[in-house]
Amino acid sequence: MLRPSTTIPPREHGPLWRDPRVRAFVLQAVMLLVAVVLVILLTNNTLSNLAAQGVTTGFNYLSQRSGFGISQTLVEYSANSTYADAFTVGLLNTLLVAGLSIVTCTLLGLLVGMARLSSNWLLSRCATVYIEIFRNIPMLLQLLFWSALMMSVLPEFKKSYSLWGVAFLNKKGLVLPWVEFSSSTWPLWLALALGLVAMLVMRNINQYRVRRGKDGWPVRWLTLALIVLPPLVTFFCSSIHASLSLPKLTAFSSRGGIHLIPELVVLWLTLTLYAAAFVAEAVRSGLASVPNGQREAATSLCLPGGLTMRKIVLPQAMRVIIPQLASQYLNVIKNSSLGIAIGYPDLFAVYGITTLNQTGQALEIMATTMAVYLALSLLVSLLMNLINARMALKER
Amino acid sequence: MTRTIENSVTDTHIVRDDPIAPRPAPAAETGVGKWLRTRLFSSPINSVITLVLLYLVVRSVWAVFSWAFLNASWLGDSSAACTSGGACWPFVTSRIGQLVYGFYPEVERWRVAVAFVIWLLSVVWILVPRMPKRLLVLPFALIGMPIINLILLRGGVFGLESVLTRQWGGLMLTLTVATIGMLFAIPLGVLLALGRQSKMPLVHGFCVVFIELWRGIPMITVLFTASTIFPLFMPHGSAEGDKLLRALIGIVMFWSAYFAEVVRAGLQAVPNGQVEAGKALCLGYWKRNALIVLPQALKLVIPGLVSTAIQLFKDTSLVTIIGLFDFLGVIKAGLTDSAWMGYAAEGYAFAALIYWIFCFSMSRYSLWLERRVDTGRR
Repeated sequence: MLRPSTTIPPREHGPLWRDPRVRAFVLQAVMLLVAVVLVILLTNNTLSNLAAQGVTTGFNYLSQRSGFGISQTLVEYSANSTYADAFTVGLLNTLLVAGLSIVTCTLLGLLVGMARLSSNWLLSRCATVYIEIFRNIPMLLQLLFWSALMMSVLPEFKKSYSLWGVAFLNKKGLVLPWVEFSSSTWPLWLALALGLVAMLVMRNINQYRVRRGKDGWPVRWLTLALIVLPPLVTFFCSSIHASLSLPKLTAFSSRGGIHLIPELVVLWLTLTLYAAAFVAEAVRSGLASVPNGQREAATSLCLPGGLTMRKIVLPQAMRVIIPQLASQYLNVIKNSSLGIAIGYPDLFAVYGITTLNQTGQALEIMATTMAVYLALSLLVSLLMNLINARMALKER
Repeated sequence: MTRTIENSVTDTHIVRDDPIAPRPAPAAETGVGKWLRTRLFSSPINSVITLVLLYLVVRSVWAVFSWAFLNASWLGDSSAACTSGGACWPFVTSRIGQLVYGFYPEVERWRVAVAFVIWLLSVVWILVPRMPKRLLVLPFALIGMPIINLILLRGGVFGLESVLTRQWGGLMLTLTVATIGMLFAIPLGVLLALGRQSKMPLVHGFCVVFIELWRGIPMITVLFTASTIFPLFMPHGSAEGDKLLRALIGIVMFWSAYFAEVVRAGLQAVPNGQVEAGKALCLGYWKRNALIVLPQALKLVIPGLVSTAIQLFKDTSLVTIIGLFDFLGVIKAGLTDSAWMGYAAEGYAFAALIYWIFCFSMSRYSLWLERRVDTGRR
C-alpha cells in the first residue's frame, strides 16, 4: 500500500572529496598551477642560461648574410643571401622531395597492393615479400644502404650511364632532359589557376542543373578542356618560347637539361620504396574490406570487371584507404628530414642545423623548424580530411 | 548391389540401393596441373607476368645467394681475408663483440649478458600464454626487471663498477632504448587517450594539444632538441645530465602521442553500454576503465599497438644521428674505419637482417595474438 510520505528525508551528501564536480575542479586547478609554475621555471632557467652564454633572443639573424652555399637551390641563392633565404631554400627542398615521393609512393603502392591481391600466385608472393622486407627495416638504414650502394656502383662522371643519349646517371647525380622557357612563366600558372577555378564553378553549375532535372553537360570533357586549354592558349598567344633542353656531357660538367643531385635521388628512392610498402598494405586492406557480396552483385548485374572496380569496389575501399594514406603522407613529410644523414639540404639540415650552428639562436630556430613541420602536417591532414569527407558514406 | 524387382507382369526395373562411389576428378582439375593453370598461367598476360617474374626472382635470388654464401669469406680479422669476391663477413664476425656490446668495458660484459637473459626470460614469460603464473610475473617484468637491469648495466652500487651510458652501445643500446621507450610510452599513451576522452575541459585540451603537437613534428627534431636544447631549460650551472636519458625522454614523449591515438581508437570502439554497466555496478572511474573498458579497448587495437611498437623499434636507429652508438651507429662507425673501407653492403645487410628479424617476429606475434584473443565480438 502506498501512502504519501510526510517528510522528505534530506539527500545524503558524501564527503566533499567524493563529489565528482569538486574533484574535477581541484584536479584541473592543480594541473593549471603545475603548468604555470613549470613554464615560469623553464623560462627563468632558459633566460638565465642564455644570458650566461651571451646570446640575445629574437629573429634579427634572419636578415643577416648566411655565408654558406647550398648544393640544391630551387630559387636564387648564394652565400651572400640571408638566413631567411636559406630558410626558403630548405623549405622548398623539403617540399620538393616530399612532393615527388608522395606521388611516386602512391603509384608504386597502388601497384604492389593490387599485385598482392592478384590471382597470380607468384605475383602476390613477390608483392608480399616486397612489403615485408621494406616495412620491417628502419628507413634510416635503407637510406644509408642505398646511398652507399649508389656511391660504389655508379660510375665516375666520365663513364656515365647513358639512356639513349638523353639522360645520364653518374656519381654526381642524374641529368634529365627539361623544358626551358624563354621568359618568366607566371602567365601560364595564372591561366592554369583561372582554369581550375572555372572548372570548379562549371561543376557546381552542372550539379545544380542536374538536380533541377535538366540535362547535364559533358563534365569530363569540359573539365579536361578547362584545365588544358587556358595554359595552352596563353602559351601560344604570348611571347614565351619553350625549348626542349637536352643535356650534353662535356669533360667535367653537363650542360642543359636538369641536374638532380645524388642526395635527392637517393632520398626520393628510399622514401618511395619505404612508404610504398605501407601504401600497399593500406590498399590491400581497403580492397579486402569490401564485402565479396558487392562484387557478386555487380557481376550479377552484368557489369564488366573494370566498371565493377571503378564504380563499386574502389569507392567503398577508398573510405578505408584514405585515412591510412593520409597518415603515410604525413610520415613521408616527417621522414624527409632523415635526409640529414646523407646530406640532403632540406629544411632541417639547412635551417635547423647549419643556420643554428652559425647563429647559435637554438631556441628560435628549433621552434620555427618544428612549427613549419607542424603547419605542413596540419595542412596535409586538412586536405586529406576534405577528400575523406567527400568520399565518406553519405547516409540519408 | 542390384536386384531385380518383378513389379508387374511385364515391367522390369533395375534399382540400385547403394550410392555409386564418386569418380576421381578429371586429371586437369586436380593437383599441380590445376594449380599451375589457375594460379600461374590463367591467361596470356598472367603467363607473361609469371615467366618474367620467375626469371627475375631466380636471377636475383641466385645473385644474393652466391654473394652472401657461395663466394663469401667468413673468418679472418682484417679485410685481407676477403679475396673470394663475394661478401666479406669478417667485417661482421671480427667485430661481433662491439656490435652487441658497443664500447662496454670488456671485463664487465657478463653484466650485459645476465641482463639480457633476465630481459629475455621476462619477455618470453609474459608473451607466451602457456607459461604459468603470468599475472605474478607481470609486475616483475614491468617494474622489477627494468630496475634490476638498470642496476646491472649502470653499476655504481653493490660493488659493481660504474659504467657510463656513454659507453653503452650496439644491439644492447638498441634493445634498451626500445624496451624503456615501450615501457613508459604505452602507459603514458593510455593515460593521454583517457584524458582525451575526459569531459574536463582543461584535461581534454591539454591532451589534445600534447598529442597533436608531438604527432606533427619529425622524430629527428625531437631527438635533436633533446640532445642540444634541453640543457638550456635546466637550472643554470646544473650538470648537463645524461645524453641517453634526454634522448629517452624525447622518445617516450614522442611515441606516447602515437600510442595514445591507437588506444583512443580502441576506446571509441567499446560500446557505451559497457561504461554504463560499470557505473551501474558502482565502479569508480579508474576501476571502470581498468577492469571493463581498457581490456576490451586494448584487445581491439592489438595490431595498431604492435605496429606502433615496431615503428618505435625501427626509429630507435635515429639516435645514431645525435651521436649515440646504437646498433646502426656502431656499424656506421665501423665503416669509417680506414681498414674496412668499402664494406658498407656487408655491414648494412647484417644490420638489416637483425632489425628485420625483430620487427617481423613482432608483427607475426601480433597476428597470432589477435587470432587468439578474438572472442568474436567486433
